[in-house]
Amino acid sequence: MTPLAAYLVLSALLFAIGLGGALARRNAIIVLIGIELMLNAANLNFIAFWRYGPNPEAHTGILFVLFSIGIAAAEAAVGLAIIIAVYRHYRTTNLDRITSMKG
Amino acid sequence: MSAGFYLVALMIVGSAVAAMSLRNLVHCALSLAVTFAGLGLAYLQLQAQFAGFAQVLVYVGAVAILIVFAILLTRGSEPEPEAILSPGWLWGLGIAALTFVVSGGAILSSKLLPAIQGEPPTATVKQIGDQLMTKYILPLEVVGLLLTAALIGAVIIAMREKEGGQ
Amino acid sequence: MKHWLVGFAPAAVQPWIAALISVAAILGVFAGLFALTTLLERKGLGRMQNRYGPNRVGPFGLFQPLADGVKSLTKEDIVPRSADAVVHFLAPLVLVVPVFLGLAVLPVGRNMAAVDLDAGVLFFFAVGAATELSVFMAGWSSRNKYSLLGAMRALAQMISYELPLILSSVAVIMVAGSLSATEIVQAQSGYWGILPRWHVLTPWGFAGFVLFMIGAAAESNRSPFDLPEGESEIIAGYYIEYSGFKFALFFLGEYIGMFAISGLGITLFLGGWTAPLSFLEWVPSWIWFFAKLLALICVFIWVRGTLPRLRMDQLMNFAWKFMLPLALINIFTAGLWRFMPPGWVRWAVCALLVVGPYVLLGRALFQGRKYGARTYRFADT
Repeated sequence: MTPLAAYLVLSALLFAIGLGGALARRNAIIVLIGIELMLNAANLNFIAFWRYGPNPEAHTGILFVLFSIGIAAAEAAVGLAIIIAVYRHYRTTNLDRITSMKG
Repeated sequence: MSAGFYLVALMIVGSAVAAMSLRNLVHCALSLAVTFAGLGLAYLQLQAQFAGFAQVLVYVGAVAILIVFAILLTRGSEPEPEAILSPGWLWGLGIAALTFVVSGGAILSSKLLPAIQGEPPTATVKQIGDQLMTKYILPLEVVGLLLTAALIGAVIIAMREKEGGQ
Repeated sequence: MKHWLVGFAPAAVQPWIAALISVAAILGVFAGLFALTTLLERKGLGRMQNRYGPNRVGPFGLFQPLADGVKSLTKEDIVPRSADAVVHFLAPLVLVVPVFLGLAVLPVGRNMAAVDLDAGVLFFFAVGAATELSVFMAGWSSRNKYSLLGAMRALAQMISYELPLILSSVAVIMVAGSLSATEIVQAQSGYWGILPRWHVLTPWGFAGFVLFMIGAAAESNRSPFDLPEGESEIIAGYYIEYSGFKFALFFLGEYIGMFAISGLGITLFLGGWTAPLSFLEWVPSWIWFFAKLLALICVFIWVRGTLPRLRMDQLMNFAWKFMLPLALINIFTAGLWRFMPPGWVRWAVCALLVVGPYVLLGRALFQGRKYGARTYRFADT
């Protein structure tokens, strides 16, 4: 297994863990943590391809990851603000209880 | 594959599984911080030093603390009496496992992946800075605008509404 | 000198031996400095408060750190029953390890940085951010309302003051053109006549240095920013429930953090290991670094003994409304300095840009205060 393949399998595993957690847990904050894990898995993919890929002088991988880190931080801030606002209304972070738009 | 890679991979996967499966929310957030630190180490192993330090600075130093604050503000630190898994969790885990099997299989059986193992590329800060200021100047400005909008938006959403309406 | 020592080892393990010697040197020197500083602080504060400091253990109390060490090692380690054992145990480690890592990029002397990273200053700030997590871990795992409150305040304070800290160092990085600590020190070598080319001797550098030092005091929870640490000086903030060796580790981590960030301030603004006057260049470079470090530590102790503690809202106002705009204007001023031709015009414009906003902002922020009439209550009424 080449090093590149090893890093890609690691990032696929991290993505699957994030996805499983986001789909299987009830708490809204854990879902957000899962989303952050998925974003990080994609970042790892980019850096691995930059390192072992054909054109590392263009630094595309690193720059993409830098922007992705910034955007993920912004998205985490907004997502958590929404969770706090919803909590203030419903008094719970349990996603199965927030059903007023259902049906 | 070197022992260093396996250690870092073990750290990342172990703490990610812990972050997704622990009952206590604050423990989940702290394991997430360990995952982020492990990823920073992985970036350093891949010779992307700037990305590694930025990862630790932003994710461990800011996003993890943000998540911890949100957990404490929504009373998540008290132990929950009810089940932690949503109904239909088995489907969720199944979909995740399927995703992993498909993508892992695709990676391992792919013939398109480059097999060259050239010398590690250099990514000095000066080169990254040059790229950011010439080729990627537009995304840089847009990310600045995006962060400003997210900052203002998050403050407005989470602010306490005035009593009695507008 | 290190290469002479390394030459003794067989060739195969030479890189490891070199790294080991650097690590041992850093640990030894800074831990010794920590011991000296605890003594210096207590005696200094004592003298400022018109009393002797510790003077019983050895001549002038010089062996007091030894006595402190023995005490903290032999005290019983009490962990509350309802505390979260794993997190409670790990919190001091998460504090101490990153601050020692941060010491590795500081150039202590000519060719004497332990690790010469290309993005050294960024590495330093990254490990500084990792210490904030340990503060939260300590406060939350003790299951104590006061400690959680202290931890939240400490966290808010550390995050708020990180911004002016990083922005004031961005000005230096911009002018020096590199994130590597050794290169920033190189950019400050050379002399105008006999005065050195340090960054602190320029208008924007002086303002940046002051902002950096205030941010450094806030980051290490020193007075006058030690609200999370001594809420009423009997409740010790976020490390209430720690006793014995773990408390000593927290203490160590805080002081080494103070050394590390003072070291960074010296590297960025005070010229690192360069001599202050051009005819004093024959003194070894690391002596200058440690002399400057001791001077900064004495300034920290002096400020601690002099200024009263800031309230939480005063602290946050100060960071966000006063220091942050000044740091941003400082970056602009540094840019102007870099691109204007040298001469007195440059000095005048930059000095105006440094002093002007400070005065205007200070006046504007004072306008909104409403002070009541001062009332006195005497004991006889």
